[in-house]
Amino acid sequence: MSKAKLKILTSSLAGCFGCHMSLLDMDERWLELADLVELVRSPLVDTRSQSRCDIGLIEGGLCNEENIHLLLEFREQCKILVAVGACAINGGVPALRNRYSVADCLEAVYLHGLNVTQPQIPSDAELPLLTDKVYPLQEWVKVDYSLPGCPPPADAFFQLISALHDGREPDLNYVNRHFD
Amino acid sequence: MIVSIANEYSVPVSEVRAIIDFYHFLSDKKNADYHFYFSNNIIDKMAHSDLLVLQLGERLNSIIQQDPSRVCLDETSCIGLADHAPAALVNGRPLPALNPQSIEEVAELVALGRPLDHWPAHLFQVRTRICRRSWLLNMSLPPGESLLSWQTKGSATILQELQASQLRGRGGAGFATALKWRSCEEQHSGEKYVICNADEGEPGTFKDRVMLSEHSDWLWEGMTLCAATVGASKGFLYLRAEYAYLLPQLETSLQVRRDTGWLGAALKERLGFEFDIQIVLGAGAYICGEESALLESLEGKRGIPRIRPPFPTISGYLRQPTVVNNVETFIHAAAIISKGSDSFLQLGTTQSKGTQLLSISGDCQRPGVYEYAFGETVEQILSDCGADEVQAVQIGGPSGQLLGPQSFHLTLGYEALGGSGSLMIFNHRRSLIEVVNNFTNFFAFESCGFCTPCRVGTALNQRMLTRLHLKQLRQHEIQLLEESVRLMQNSSHCGLGQSAGNSILNLLHDFPETVEQLLNTIGDDNEARLVQALQPAVQLRKS
Ligand SMILES: Cc1cc2nc3c(=O)[nH]c(=O)nc-3n(C[C@H](O)[C@H](O)[C@H](O)COP(=O)(O)O)c2cc1C
Ligand code: SF4
Ligand code: SF4
Repeated sequence: MSKAKLKILTSSLAGCFGCHMSLLDMDERWLELADLVELVRSPLVDTRSQSRCDIGLIEGGLCNEENIHLLLEFREQCKILVAVGACAINGGVPALRNRYSVADCLEAVYLHGLNVTQPQIPSDAELPLLTDKVYPLQEWVKVDYSLPGCPPPADAFFQLISALHDGREPDLNYVNRHFD
Repeated sequence: MIVSIANEYSVPVSEVRAIIDFYHFLSDKKNADYHFYFSNNIIDKMAHSDLLVLQLGERLNSIIQQDPSRVCLDETSCIGLADHAPAALVNGRPLPALNPQSIEEVAELVALGRPLDHWPAHLFQVRTRICRRSWLLNMSLPPGESLLSWQTKGSATILQELQASQLRGRGGAGFATALKWRSCEEQHSGEKYVICNADEGEPGTFKDRVMLSEHSDWLWEGMTLCAATVGASKGFLYLRAEYAYLLPQLETSLQVRRDTGWLGAALKERLGFEFDIQIVLGAGAYICGEESALLESLEGKRGIPRIRPPFPTISGYLRQPTVVNNVETFIHAAAIISKGSDSFLQLGTTQSKGTQLLSISGDCQRPGVYEYAFGETVEQILSDCGADEVQAVQIGGPSGQLLGPQSFHLTLGYEALGGSGSLMIFNHRRSLIEVVNNFTNFFAFESCGFCTPCRVGTALNQRMLTRLHLKQLRQHEIQLLEESVRLMQNSSHCGLGQSAGNSILNLLHDFPETVEQLLNTIGDDNEARLVQALQPAVQLRKS
């Protein structure tokens, strides 16, 4: 008898969706995976299940309050949390702003930016507040695994998910963790 | 200025900048009229150096505001005055045993613009505290005694005697001195060099400083003996910049050697070989105590450790055969050749013969230099220097080991505690996490940045230790911390990175209760953290 399908959550926080693209890059292997897993909460599907998941694949670091609330929620929801890609692991490109203050960043863009006609810093209450710096995931929650790369190769996702499904310790082979 | 230096030495401007960047005491700006460096070793911190810095800063605030080129308050790694903590340097001169009154006095003198030469002498008074003498320090060593012995016996016999004495280096690694000298002696090409490592950068260590100020003649004797034995004609004393104030007296004692025919050209007439010693100053970089980094620095470069082998005895200064030894090692060698090794061999343990100088500081009644035969227990030493209610000691400096009372039965010697000469004492009122945090900051600051495990590892350790101190570190992160240290031990390029995490591991393994109390068990107060993280954006929205 086949094992129960793994419930998977995916999300993009302060990322560029490149990691999600790479996930889609598994192409026809998704057919294989379809027997093993089920996407229960993800920008790639319509469902937004709040029930407990087996694996959370999180792309992107944390740049605002919404990111942090979501991540804390994901941590509660998922048995295994995976930091996917350079942004989730180290902060990545968005963390380049960590050298500057939040005020300097916002002013550079909204007051002194090119072609700005009505200089003002957006202050709509709907907009999430920026954090003082961009954080990698592990600075706020326990991370169980990381998939290195920008983005990680599709094959790396496949290796990780199939290993977890089979109850093996994931072990990325060389090409999937070295980029030299 | 930088351009003219580059032109003078025919090197690219970038290289001059890289060198300025590398050494803590070099700068591309003009020094302030009064440049203070407060020692930030844990021993100085325990003696409230932070409060004194604040006090001086407050007193001089208006002057600094008016004209920043007049005063600069800076800090630096241990300046080798842990027996006089808290201490600072002002324009290279020592200000030992500072207290609120002396800080007042200093502030007054600065405000008056009084030149340092006119400051009262008591402010600069470094007292030599030799608290225990044994085989070496009870000796009288007349100049030339070991050299005359060399003259009658010849190099081969000297090397044999040194080997029989089983003398091991006192700079930390404990390498057999006779092997080193022999290896250099056996080289048949090139000009050879003898270099004394007086970088003494290991925080809490000051025994070399005391030897340099009290017994420099013994050092010249040892270096000259080495030169005679291996066939070198040029020697260097690489003196840490923090000890620059010893320069005048060291130059004088070298001149006395020359005038009395034990150095320089006169030596040729007397013993048939020429040898002279030049003193070269470092510029504030702990890594330059590592012998191959020292050689690079001596060649006028950044002190990045070389790949070894080849070892210095084959390819050292200017790629020529070179002996590098610690101050105490040269002195011991001279003493052994002068007096014979019998009495030396009677002291110590199987693998560690003779005696060792220990710099003792911290929570005890009598800090200072102590000479002990190897084999003495930590317990006995603590009792000798008047240390009560000891919670822990750090032996061998931050790269050595942190020991708790369960290990005080251990004995001095390469077998158990390593060979480096310092003991810092912490009583029950001290916070051990503060101690280890201080060491971790030291390594992060002093890492030369050449190899990734150490450059990144020391920074990671620093962050994790700070979080442990703030009770933010979680149980599973302790494992990450250990992994980081092990990785550094196994893959760093030089001894700095390899030993930078020693005291962290000691803390984790030998003081589990301390660590347990520091762990974050209540979970993260994420809400509070988030409020803090959003602070700047909230401010901005308000304004
Ligand atoms: C990071 C680092 C710093 C060192 N600092 C010193 C020092 O300040 N003084 C010293 O004598 N040896 C120091 N050493 C040891 C030297 O590399 C070398 O082993 C020593 O000078 C050899 O002399 P010895 O055989 O007489 O001990 C240091 C080593 C390392 C790795
Ligand atoms: S790791 Fe690369 S691909 Fe993934 S979110 Fe960051 S920038 Fe995009
Ligand atoms: S271990 Fe540290 S100090 Fe040594 S070479 Fe590497 S970076 Fe430099």
